[in-house]
Amino acid sequence: MKWDWGAVRDFMPHFWDGLLVTLQALALGSLISFALGLVWALLMRTPSRWVRWPVGAVTEFVRDTPLLVQLFFLFYVLPEWGLTFSALTTGVFAIGLHYSTYTMQVYRAGIEAVPAGQWEAATALNLPRRRTWTAVILPQAIRRVVPALGNYVISMLKDTPLLMAITVLEMLGQARLFSQQHFQFTEPLTVIGVAFILVSYLASLLLRALERRLVR
Amino acid sequence: MTKGLWELVLQGVWTTVQLLVLSALLATAVSFVVGVARTHRLWIVRFLAGFYTEVFRGTSALVMIFWVFFVLPPAFGWQLVPMWAGTLALGLTYGAYGSEIVRGALNAVDPAQREGGIALSFTPWQRMRLILLPQAVPEMIPSFCNLLIELLKGTALVSVMGMGDLAFSGNLVRLALQESAEIYTYVLLIYFVIAFALTRLMRGLEKRLKRGVGKDPLHEAGARELKRAETTGVGAAGGGVA
Repeated sequence: MKWDWGAVRDFMPHFWDGLLVTLQALALGSLISFALGLVWALLMRTPSRWVRWPVGAVTEFVRDTPLLVQLFFLFYVLPEWGLTFSALTTGVFAIGLHYSTYTMQVYRAGIEAVPAGQWEAATALNLPRRRTWTAVILPQAIRRVVPALGNYVISMLKDTPLLMAITVLEMLGQARLFSQQHFQFTEPLTVIGVAFILVSYLASLLLRALERRLVR
Repeated sequence: MTKGLWELVLQGVWTTVQLLVLSALLATAVSFVVGVARTHRLWIVRFLAGFYTEVFRGTSALVMIFWVFFVLPPAFGWQLVPMWAGTLALGLTYGAYGSEIVRGALNAVDPAQREGGIALSFTPWQRMRLILLPQAVPEMIPSFCNLLIELLKGTALVSVMGMGDLAFSGNLVRLALQESAEIYTYVLLIYFVIAFALTRLMRGLEKRLKRGVGKDPLHEAGARELKRAETTGVGAAGGGVA
């Protein structure tokens, strides 16, 4: 096995481009999944069974099917229906949607963990429903779930290479392109493998710091 | 869709199922070996097992698959059949996640049980086999069930390498028909049905195992629901399992 530092040096500019796209997809995907997950979690608490049942079924379906096939679905089917987005937009939306079905469970656990006394106090103070949620329940619930949400950010990071399959040039896409042009597979693939370990390790350190601040 | 195309899809299902079974077996073996090694008394064994877990959990499954397909052959001079390469990559990656489940469940066994084993002068191996594992394994099942679903979803990744699994046959049908909504809907539905069947299977297994150690599964249903919500994160970096 020969290791060629020259190939690593040639690959680095492409690597930084890829890292940027990966981080963009990660940041936007996280935002979508946090927002959508909260929406699902709140919808699952509505009294009407006609809302809860469809939301539950759809999210279960999305959670139990591969993200890769969902990516293909959105990438190839939406244009047939006359909706065209860039590959990155489609990918970000797919990741956000897929992970929102996970964050929804996190939010649910967080909301259920708020002590019943808080609900009763809100009722006793005659707070309207909206204020009960925004001022009493959600601030306590979200504070509790930040570490769990952070874990999903790290899983999302590890799912961003899938975007390569729909032509997005993120880290793995760049590595594959470079490998095919130069017939050097070992160096680019190893570089991004190590990069993933480093980024997810850094992210988990950050997360632990955040956890210490929020959960006391 | 014509009959020939359906046959293509069925072949894809068969490949996916084969890959799922093989990599699930490898992942189970890896997770028990590494998970038990992480509770070993020698620090070097614990360190190596922990290092393995961090490396394989830290990197992406798809990157690992690329690595096994493209870097291993020139580096070591042997080329794997695609099925075995896919099994190896998936089994090692998901085994690393599984080892966290095993470690968590072993640590969650009441310490008095271990001490009881020491007091009765069981050897470490007997303690593990006769006392710790029988109590820990039923607790692992819900988490392993979630991991199995993640593994099923992970098998779709090998289609990127041109292996003819379900996702790949879906792509072929799309190219043949120049129409994608129908076939991808079918593919998603097939994956969902497999996942649903797996969930049922694991529930049945859990009930049987719990009965074996004298725990009533009915009273634990509530606790299990809570645990499921916490552990569905396969990539959970903090590793807070069980």
